[in-house]
Amino acid sequence: MNTFVQAMLFQAGYNVALVTVGAILLGIASGSAGTFLFLRKRALVSDAIAHATLPGVGVAFIIMIWLGGDGRSLLGLLFGSAITALIGLFLIEWIPRRTRLPEDAAIGSVLGVFFGAGIVLLTVIQTMSSGRQAGLESFLLGSTAGMLFQDAVVIAIGGFLSILGIWIARRPLTIVAFDKDYAISMGYDIRKIDLLMMGLVLGVTVIGMKLVGLILIVAMLIIPAVTARFWSNHTDEVVVIAGFLGGLSGYIGAVLSASAPSLPTGPIIVLIAIVLFALSLFLAPNSGVFSTFIKHRKTKSYIHRRQGLLTIAKGKDVVSSFTRKLLASEGLSGSDGLTDKGRKLVTKILIDENRWIAAKEIYPDKDMNIDYGIKPIEETLTKEELIKLDQYIKSHKFKSITYDY
Amino acid sequence: MSNTTNRPKITPSKSALKIDGLTVSYGDKTAIFSVDANFPIASMSAIIGPNGAGKSTLLKAVIGVQPKLSGQIHIFDNPIENNLKKIAYVPQRVSVDWDFPTNVIDVVQMGLYRQVGLLGRMKGKQASIAMECLDRVGMADLWQKQIGQLSGGQQQRVFLARALAQDAEIYLLDEPFSGVDAATERAIIDVLKSLKSKNKSIIAVHHDLATVRDYFDYVLMINIKNIAEGLINETFTNENLQSAYGGKLELTHAEELSATKDRVTE
Repeated sequence: MNTFVQAMLFQAGYNVALVTVGAILLGIASGSAGTFLFLRKRALVSDAIAHATLPGVGVAFIIMIWLGGDGRSLLGLLFGSAITALIGLFLIEWIPRRTRLPEDAAIGSVLGVFFGAGIVLLTVIQTMSSGRQAGLESFLLGSTAGMLFQDAVVIAIGGFLSILGIWIARRPLTIVAFDKDYAISMGYDIRKIDLLMMGLVLGVTVIGMKLVGLILIVAMLIIPAVTARFWSNHTDEVVVIAGFLGGLSGYIGAVLSASAPSLPTGPIIVLIAIVLFALSLFLAPNSGVFSTFIKHRKTKSYIHRRQGLLTIAKGKDVVSSFTRKLLASEGLSGSDGLTDKGRKLVTKILIDENRWIAAKEIYPDKDMNIDYGIKPIEETLTKEELIKLDQYIKSHKFKSITYDY
Repeated sequence: MSNTTNRPKITPSKSALKIDGLTVSYGDKTAIFSVDANFPIASMSAIIGPNGAGKSTLLKAVIGVQPKLSGQIHIFDNPIENNLKKIAYVPQRVSVDWDFPTNVIDVVQMGLYRQVGLLGRMKGKQASIAMECLDRVGMADLWQKQIGQLSGGQQQRVFLARALAQDAEIYLLDEPFSGVDAATERAIIDVLKSLKSKNKSIIAVHHDLATVRDYFDYVLMINIKNIAEGLINETFTNENLQSAYGGKLELTHAEELSATKDRVTE
C-alpha cells in the first residue's frame, strides 16, 4: 500500500492519524461556526481577530518562561492568544461606535497593529536563549510536525464545545443575521448574541492556530460556508453542509500532506476547501454557474419561441433575428410561415396565453405577472386552481383569444 | 413613600403606546426632537410627515433599534422595557438581505422564536400557527418558497405573517404599503382591520397621503417636531398638512386631500 491509501485509512503512523483526526474535527467546527460569521457578514472581523492572536502567543510565551516554565505549553499559548484577540475584538466594536472611523478602518488598523506587534515579539523571542527552539512561528501557517495527543484533545474539546454552542444558539444567531432590527424588537440582546458568535469563532480560531495557522484560519471559517450556500436554501442545512465540507477538506488535506511530507498541512487543507468551492461554484444544480447559464438560455429560448409563434399566428412579421433563427432551427417555421409542428405548438401556446389572461381575472390577489410568459401556467397554479380556471374559460364570461393560423 | 402618594393617581388611560419627549439624533443631526404621542387602543394610527421627518426613526427608537437621547415610552401605561412581547414590529422590506438562505415558513416561524425558546420544537402546534398566519395573508401555498424568489408585495406579506405569529397587542409597521402591488395593499389592510376588530392597536408609518382617510382613524403628524395629533377628521386638515409638509406639498393637493373629508363624512 502506498502512503496515501495508508493515510486515508489512518494507518500511516500515530502522528499522521492524530493530525488527520484533528483536521477533520477542526474542519467541522470551523465550517459550522463560520456559517453564521458569513451570514452576519463578519468575515473580515474574524480575519482581524485571528491576526490579533499573535501578540498573545508571544506574551504568553515570555510570561511562562519568566515564571520558570517550559513556555511551549499549548494551553498557555492559546490562553494568551485568546486574550489579545478579545482586546482586538473589543477595539473593532468600540472604534466605529465612539469615533468617526468606519468599521473597515477599524478592522484594518486592528489587524495591522496587532499582527505587527506579534511579529516584533516573535523576533524578540528568537533572540532569547530559550526561544530559539520554541517554534512559535509555526502558529503563523500551522504545523503538524510536533502535534501531540493533548493537542488533538484540545481541538476535539474546543470543536465539540463550539458546535454545541452553535446548536443551542442557532435561533438567535439566525434571526440576528437575517433581520437585526426585528430581533431587537423581539427583545433579543444583539450585542450579547454577536459576542457569543464571535466567541465561538474565536474558539475555533484559537484551536485551529496550531494546525492551520492564524493567517489562513479565516479561510476555513468562510470557504466551507460559502460553498455550502450553493447546495441549500436553509440556514440549518447550510450549517450542517458547511461542517461536512470543512471536515472533508480537513481529511483530504491531512491525508494528502501526509503522503507528500514536504507539503504544508494547513495550506493544503485550505486549497482542498477552495477546490470544493470551485466545483460547487460551477456545478451546483440550482445556483452554479453552468446551471444558471443553461437556465438562462432555456428561459430565453422559451420566451422567444412563445412570443415569436404568437406573433406569426397573429399574422405579423417577427423582427428579432434570434427568434427567426430559433424557430427555423427547431422546424417550427419555414419560408412560407408556420410548419405543422409549429401550428401544433401555437395551439398549445394559445391555451396557455388564454389561461394566463383568465387567471389574472379570477385570481386578482395572486401576483400573476411574475411568471407570465416565462413558464407554463401549470407550474404556477395548483391542479384545483387550474380546473377552476378552465371552467371559467369555458363559461360565457370569458372571451378567449383566437387567431387564424 | 410620601413622594409617591403625593403624585396624582394614574388613571387607566386609553393609550396603547405613549411617547413623551422623545429625542433622537444621528451624530450632531437631530432626527426627531421632543416628540410626544399618545396612540389609542384598538385603532389604526398613521404616522405621517415629509421625507426625513423622522417617522421611521420614531418607530425604531420605540423598539430600541435606535438609541434615544431622551424620552419615555409606555405601553398600556407600563414602561416598554419589560413589555416588548406585546409589540410586533414589521420592518421595511429593504432592511434585510433577501438572498438569505431561508424560506417563507422559516421566516414566519421566527415570530415564534421567543415563545418556543432556544431548543423548543417547531413542530405540531407551532408549525400550524405559522401556517395559519401565512394563510391569513393569503400566502399559504407559497410556504416552501425561497424568500428571494418572492415579489415585493409577497415579501411584505411574509413580514406581516411573521408579526401575526407573535400574537402581540400592538403592531408597529414601517411603511407597509411602500412598493407593493394593489392586491397586496388590499390584503394587508384587510388583515389590519381584522386585527383592529379584535382590539389590537395598529400604528403604521404611512407615506401615501391619498389613502390616510380611508385606512386610518388616528394620525400623528411630525416633521422632526410634533405638528399635530388626533382623530383623522379633526387633525388631517389642510392647515396641519401645510405646516407638516411646508412647501413640499402643493397647495392645491393639500386642499384636495382635506376636501375629501366632506366626502367621507357625508
